[in-house]
Amino acid sequence: MQNKTISAYFFLAPALMAIFVFFFIPVIAAFIISFTDFDIYSLSNYGNARFVGFDNYLRLFYDPLFWTALQNTFYFVIVSAPLSIMVSLTAAIMLNSKLVKFKSLFRLNFFIPVITTLIAVAIVWRFIYHPKFGFLNYTLELVGIESIDWLGDPNFSMPAIIIMSVWKNFGYNMIIFIAGLQNIPEYLYEAAEIEGATGFQKFKFITIPMLAPTTLFVGIITMIGYFQLFAEPYIMTQGGPLNSTLSIVQYMYQEGFRWWNMGYSAAIAFVLFAVIMIGTIIQMKIQKNANV
Amino acid sequence: MKKITLHIFLIIAGLLTLAPFIWMVSASLMNDGHASVYPPRFFPDEVTFIQFERLFSRLSVSRNLLNSVIVSFLVTFISLIFNSMAGYAFAKYRFAGKDKLFSLLLSSMIIPAQVTMLPLFLMLKSFGFINTYLAIIIPGMANIFGIFLIKQYAMSIPDSIIESARMDGASDFQIYWKIILPLCTPILVTLAIFTFMGTWNDFLWPLIALTDSSMYTLPVALANLMGEHTKDPELMMAGSVITIIPIIIVFLALQKYYIKGIMMGSVKE
Repeated sequence: MQNKTISAYFFLAPALMAIFVFFFIPVIAAFIISFTDFDIYSLSNYGNARFVGFDNYLRLFYDPLFWTALQNTFYFVIVSAPLSIMVSLTAAIMLNSKLVKFKSLFRLNFFIPVITTLIAVAIVWRFIYHPKFGFLNYTLELVGIESIDWLGDPNFSMPAIIIMSVWKNFGYNMIIFIAGLQNIPEYLYEAAEIEGATGFQKFKFITIPMLAPTTLFVGIITMIGYFQLFAEPYIMTQGGPLNSTLSIVQYMYQEGFRWWNMGYSAAIAFVLFAVIMIGTIIQMKIQKNANV
Repeated sequence: MKKITLHIFLIIAGLLTLAPFIWMVSASLMNDGHASVYPPRFFPDEVTFIQFERLFSRLSVSRNLLNSVIVSFLVTFISLIFNSMAGYAFAKYRFAGKDKLFSLLLSSMIIPAQVTMLPLFLMLKSFGFINTYLAIIIPGMANIFGIFLIKQYAMSIPDSIIESARMDGASDFQIYWKIILPLCTPILVTLAIFTFMGTWNDFLWPLIALTDSSMYTLPVALANLMGEHTKDPELMMAGSVITIIPIIIVFLALQKYYIKGIMMGSVKE
């Protein structure tokens, strides 16, 4: 350990200045803006913005479109986060099996969607979901299911986005779960086998509890990422049909950068932040209680 | 028996995972209208590169490709230097408020980037940086997760190496540049891929900060193209191929480092 404060600050300065000026100051500024009526007239002259107290937050409370966006985002997070974690865990357990050959090849295969550009794959999926020419409906018809207007029917638009998101993201958590599984000591399973435990019992009493910290981590990062849903609906549905896929971030983007209602938009951003923070705290609490 | 079932299942799941990409590549090689037929074609009747020609000649996608390459490289390069310097300081120096500072940084990772975008836009606009490369580079210059990764790695470097270099008369900067950085190569590669791919794939901020189509990065250009060409799947698939191929190449070349980075990031404390 070196005790040379000046050198330390020299090394820290560039990164910390960048983070301070282009991250912390904007966060504080956004918080202030959320209490003003900053709009397109203030854009040319900041002096036109006035403090309005909690008006933006009150307006949000009475804004049906905001509640729709919030509801849609929760729908998306509550369904796709557990779903993609389950798919990730299943894939990880299968790939961790001693029976499997070519593990790294399968792992690579499942991981490809994670690294690819979201916008590009959303475009691909938009055509896969095409009601007339899309592959999904064609395949469904082969097994006798009537074709679905995936992106045009408000009942199916969100499920369509959820399916795509699970496909796109499960590989990431799969990798983390594989690492978690490899950290479980082998002797636990051996001991359980001697006691005559079945495969399911081993899963329930060894794998699940031993993976708990990994699952908490995965749960939190997945939830944080999913609350920021934006590009998928932007490309595939533009928030439609009938606002059935309008997300919080898209509403924030529209209000802020299309209509330049920046005060209002900043308030939306802070609601998103609050939601993410509460979600994280709840998950940590649940985990803590489970451990006691 | 169990072994065969498991493999069959994995192969089917693997093919399903890849199917959208296979169709993407194959539709990008089709003539106009050939991907809009019933029943859908999985493979082109005859292979044509007309969609790619159109993208590069008429729709000037080469410019967008160039933009993506330039900003991704610059952000990666600058942030590697900034993050490694800060990570090294956190790992190997003692100074007042270090632990508090580090935990402040870590806990602020929970703040979603969207919160910063409005003021950041106003700030960069007042500097005249909106619709320039700087609008993308500046917010990406340093990254808390990157500092964290470097710090974790640099802590494993023995102090004795640094001390003996100091005995030999090396300055602080020489130690960082000639000893620490080479020793940190694996984590630097990891961080480089993360940053490069993150910048390449980023959408919301470039959508906000780049206002002119000649400045668009590929994802923004693609989204814009989608607005005008909803009925041209062949053309759009060619655009998607151009966007995805470079990232797949980078990933395949360095996947070992990328996977390690995910695992390191998931190990707490």
